[in-house]
Amino acid sequence: MIALIGRRAAGLVLTLALVSIVVFVVTDVLPGDPAAIMLGTSARPDTLAALRQELGLDQPAIARYLAWVGGLLTGSFGTSITYGVPVAGLIAERLAVTLPLAGLSIVIAMILALPLGIAAGYRRDEPLDYGAMAFAQTALTLPNFWIGLILILIFSTWLGWFPAGGFPGWSAGLLKALQALLLPAVALALPQAGILTRVARTAIVELAGDDFVRAARGKGLSQHVILWRHIVPNALVPIITILGLQFTFLIAGAVLVENVFSLPGLGRLAFQAVAQRDLVVLQSVILLFATLVIVVNFLVDLCYLLLDPRLRDAR
Amino acid sequence: MGFAVGEAAARARGPAGASRGVQGLGLRAVVLMAGRVVGAVGLLRHCGRRAVVAALALSWCAVLSPAAFAARSDVVVGMAIEPQGLDPTGAAPVAIGQVTWQNIYQGLVRIDRDGKIQPQLAERWTVSDDGRTYTFALRQGVKFHNGEAFDASTAKFALDRARGANSTNPQKQFFSVIDAVTAQDPATLVVTLKEPAGNLLYWLGWPASVMVEPKSAQVNKTEPVGTGPFKFVRWAKGDRIVLERDPNYWNAAQPARIQRVTFRFIGDPQAQAAALRAGDVDAFPEFGAPELYGNFQKDNRFVAVVGNTELKVVAGMNNQRKPFDDKRVRQALMLAIDRPLLIEGAWSGLGQAIGSHYTPNDPGFVDLTGVYASDKAKARSLLSEAGYPNGFTFTIKVPQMSYATRSAEVLQAMLAEIGVTMTIVPTEFPAKWVSEVMTGHDFDMTIVGHAEPMDIGIYARPDYYFGYRNAAFNDTIRRAEQTTDEEGRLRLYGEAQTMLAEDVPALFLFVMPKLGIWDRKLKGFWANEPIPSNDLTEVVWED
Repeated sequence: MIALIGRRAAGLVLTLALVSIVVFVVTDVLPGDPAAIMLGTSARPDTLAALRQELGLDQPAIARYLAWVGGLLTGSFGTSITYGVPVAGLIAERLAVTLPLAGLSIVIAMILALPLGIAAGYRRDEPLDYGAMAFAQTALTLPNFWIGLILILIFSTWLGWFPAGGFPGWSAGLLKALQALLLPAVALALPQAGILTRVARTAIVELAGDDFVRAARGKGLSQHVILWRHIVPNALVPIITILGLQFTFLIAGAVLVENVFSLPGLGRLAFQAVAQRDLVVLQSVILLFATLVIVVNFLVDLCYLLLDPRLRDAR
Repeated sequence: MGFAVGEAAARARGPAGASRGVQGLGLRAVVLMAGRVVGAVGLLRHCGRRAVVAALALSWCAVLSPAAFAARSDVVVGMAIEPQGLDPTGAAPVAIGQVTWQNIYQGLVRIDRDGKIQPQLAERWTVSDDGRTYTFALRQGVKFHNGEAFDASTAKFALDRARGANSTNPQKQFFSVIDAVTAQDPATLVVTLKEPAGNLLYWLGWPASVMVEPKSAQVNKTEPVGTGPFKFVRWAKGDRIVLERDPNYWNAAQPARIQRVTFRFIGDPQAQAAALRAGDVDAFPEFGAPELYGNFQKDNRFVAVVGNTELKVVAGMNNQRKPFDDKRVRQALMLAIDRPLLIEGAWSGLGQAIGSHYTPNDPGFVDLTGVYASDKAKARSLLSEAGYPNGFTFTIKVPQMSYATRSAEVLQAMLAEIGVTMTIVPTEFPAKWVSEVMTGHDFDMTIVGHAEPMDIGIYARPDYYFGYRNAAFNDTIRRAEQTTDEEGRLRLYGEAQTMLAEDVPALFLFVMPKLGIWDRKLKGFWANEPIPSNDLTEVVWED
């Protein structure tokens, strides 16, 4: 098992190295000169040359790549062209919003979806099942930025319970920060909950017909014991797969919701960096996204190993 | 236009562009309706709340002295675009000036809310008879926020830095006319010019010309230090910038009236509206969604003021490329456009038609909308005369900002009526647009807002994207720039405007309105925007 984990970890490092090259090449060929964007259309050639030199854009691509990767290895992500501050700090500030937001969404989605999905699978083809599936279908059809707008309308504009957007920072107090994150987290969680409900229900329904469940029934175990001791633990494998996918989606794909709530998250940082051709920021953020996806996949695989002893013997 | 264009453009739409594009028309309609419902419910709630507040106020008045009702001392101002750095002398984005100019940084002179030049760190000045020597008498006792004194040597440093070889000042061309800057004594600064420059004082009033001092100049991008009424406190990137009144401000007679200012950056217009209604933001000096503006005009919690900006929306043509090298073709296209209708379609009827590259804000403005007022029959005959009796086909490169895409769609329909087929090519702004249109000159027509005040001189630049070449025009602009007498200069600018209106190097469409919205109790905001800015010196809460 240790060897298995070791091999996975080595693969992880190799993937990251490849990703860093792809990210650099792809962002480097984007049309648009960051210096020209900063100086605008009044810029004179000499002003432009001075700024390109100041930003290190006059260096050849290989030199810039090596400087970037070298910096990454020593923990320095370079300096943002747009903000003029170290990228590491910039990303850390954004992670302090994005990670809690994604975590909160996952928790909300699980609280909504798991009981509902399990109950629906357990009470298949009963009114509860139909109700749960109707909820799941609706939740996953609604775009999350639209849910966000509706939540703002109800809870910020009408009731005044929550701010309509923005993030006061953790320094403003846990309560205030959570208050700012709750509506966007719900907006992100609802479509996820829809998917998760369906996955949980399907897993329960499929497992209910399996041999080991029939065997358990044959032993005369009660319905509850069969559900909670035998079916649910086995249903966790597909559920965790989906959770892993959702988490990475929430980190990278929350741009629209971050816009609706004007949250300073990583998605919006990447979005801005594209528009301003802040390549230093863009490259580091994409690499971070890639790292998160890879690490989360790795963790999901580890979870499989913990949940399913049969996998531990695999090569 | 500088980043002017980009910023301004983005101001009008914000980085939410992508999301709005996805929503499409159906959703927009739903959201609009939702907006109306909110307005109505808000009004009902408000009336109830007012009654309660009034009752409370009456009961408290009996107990407490009026001093207990101290007015609020902080204000939250919303902006669509977050600035890139906080040094207006280092990069062009308009948002930099909108946060820092007059709040943190000041210049030798400033431009006031009417667009007039006023003394600031220079108390007064004299201009030599040949118009080539400016002698400034500097204000004494002025200190920067870091405690350094301002004097003639600091002023010399700031100007020499702006015009120096390594300068990345976005308006470096302003300073190219300067021959030498001399600090005669701490209170006297002498600027000598290579040739007379009638606009020098106006240029010195711009955000790009503010005074900085040697010790802090390098870090101004993230920790701005100036002589203004507010000190920089904190910048939470992506969210807000906080400023605080400087207790040691040099102008004790006119300090800032607000203790604390928070700029919040909200790109999405729906989110802007929600933030105002929820009370998260007290003011949006430039609100981004004209279609939601009407609701705020009816809501008596807010004051909604339509002012003028300097942002001229024009559809520039490639004057070097067929068929736009033929003046008659350009004139025919101008004749095909019904500007009031276009403004209705593009910006909910808010905005002012223009006939040349000049706004009604600017001194010396001439109304030239009548020169080629909408006349389709005349347009068709001009096209025939130019050899295109059956019209022609061309492409327009359109940035993703909503004012540009909507205007282009309306233009397309109007040009179709005279047999001209226009194909819309979406072009990412600023990156792709700058490289293809601005520097590459690879386009037939394009459409952007030019945000910089008094930038009519761009048509005299040989390498500028319009490719407009007119020796007489260039000569008029040159003479205007060298004329120090105000009246004569404005007359020349009038002539230049008329030349453009007749030659139509670009389709002159409209001036973007400044859709200001702020709490009814807030006073002191600028209604117009003679220069892109948010001067908060005079802003105050009043009951």
